[in-house]
Amino acid sequence: MTGTGHNSCQSHRPHDGAEPGGAETRSGHVLPTPRRSRILPRLDRREVAAIFVGGALGTLLRAALSEAFPHSPTSWPWPTFVVNVVAAFLLGYFVTRLQERLPLSSYRRPLLGTGLCGGLSTFSTMQVELLNMIDAGAYWLALGYATASVAAGYAAIHIATGAVRRVRVSR
Amino acid sequence: MNALVWAGVVVIGGCGSVLRFVVDGTVGTRLGRAFPFGTLVVNVTGAMILGFLTGLALGADQALLAGTAAVGSYTTFSTWMFETQRLTEERQTRSAAINIVVSLVLGVAAAALGRWIGLHL
Repeated sequence: MTGTGHNSCQSHRPHDGAEPGGAETRSGHVLPTPRRSRILPRLDRREVAAIFVGGALGTLLRAALSEAFPHSPTSWPWPTFVVNVVAAFLLGYFVTRLQERLPLSSYRRPLLGTGLCGGLSTFSTMQVELLNMIDAGAYWLALGYATASVAAGYAAIHIATGAVRRVRVSR
Repeated sequence: MNALVWAGVVVIGGCGSVLRFVVDGTVGTRLGRAFPFGTLVVNVTGAMILGFLTGLALGADQALLAGTAAVGSYTTFSTWMFETQRLTEERQTRSAAINIVVSLVLGVAAAALGRWIGLHL
């Protein structure tokens, strides 16, 4: 079970030696279950910096596209559709390669996956676009947009994953 | 639209992505990782906030910074699709289908609720 998501891999990945033996002794603070003692995920400074940089870049690209190509509520939202499908393809490619081909890296996945692809793609804008289509009575457009986004996004991950794995096998 | 606004887009986009990572990790730690609850929570809350901002009828720059940059980077489509595809690979087709349908239904509903709140403030 390597990967129900971009977080699942965190449990497999060592956190840059930040967690030597799991003994979290903070002066006089003893917790009954040390394994579940973390409320917030341990934040690694380099990991957070990588997510910030990737996310900033992805967001800039997406914002520039959405500003360059405005669309009415009843037309196909090309900017959102394109960034989402492209980001899905890139995420499938990056994560599969990083998990199954390349050696463990503490910053590549946060930079490229969580940061760049996460910042480039957006779910909230898509939902508001769907809501606006429904409001405008464009039900078929809404249905088509939702279906096409999910189908293309899913296919993009599938194709990118397959492409990475094929190269690996042929070696 | 000036350089300052675009600098804001960059910084806010970075912050939104880090916030997504933190919320996703926190939810994942609490609810387990058998189902991608983290992304679901991030996306549905983000849809509600963006709906709320839409209801407020912000100016162009504010909408770009608060909506497109902040909430847009906080939510993610790519991870949602990635997790769905990996669930299918693990033969958890039902979970994958639920992840798609529940995200879309709750997402649009949350956006509608958020906008309603924004309009009535």
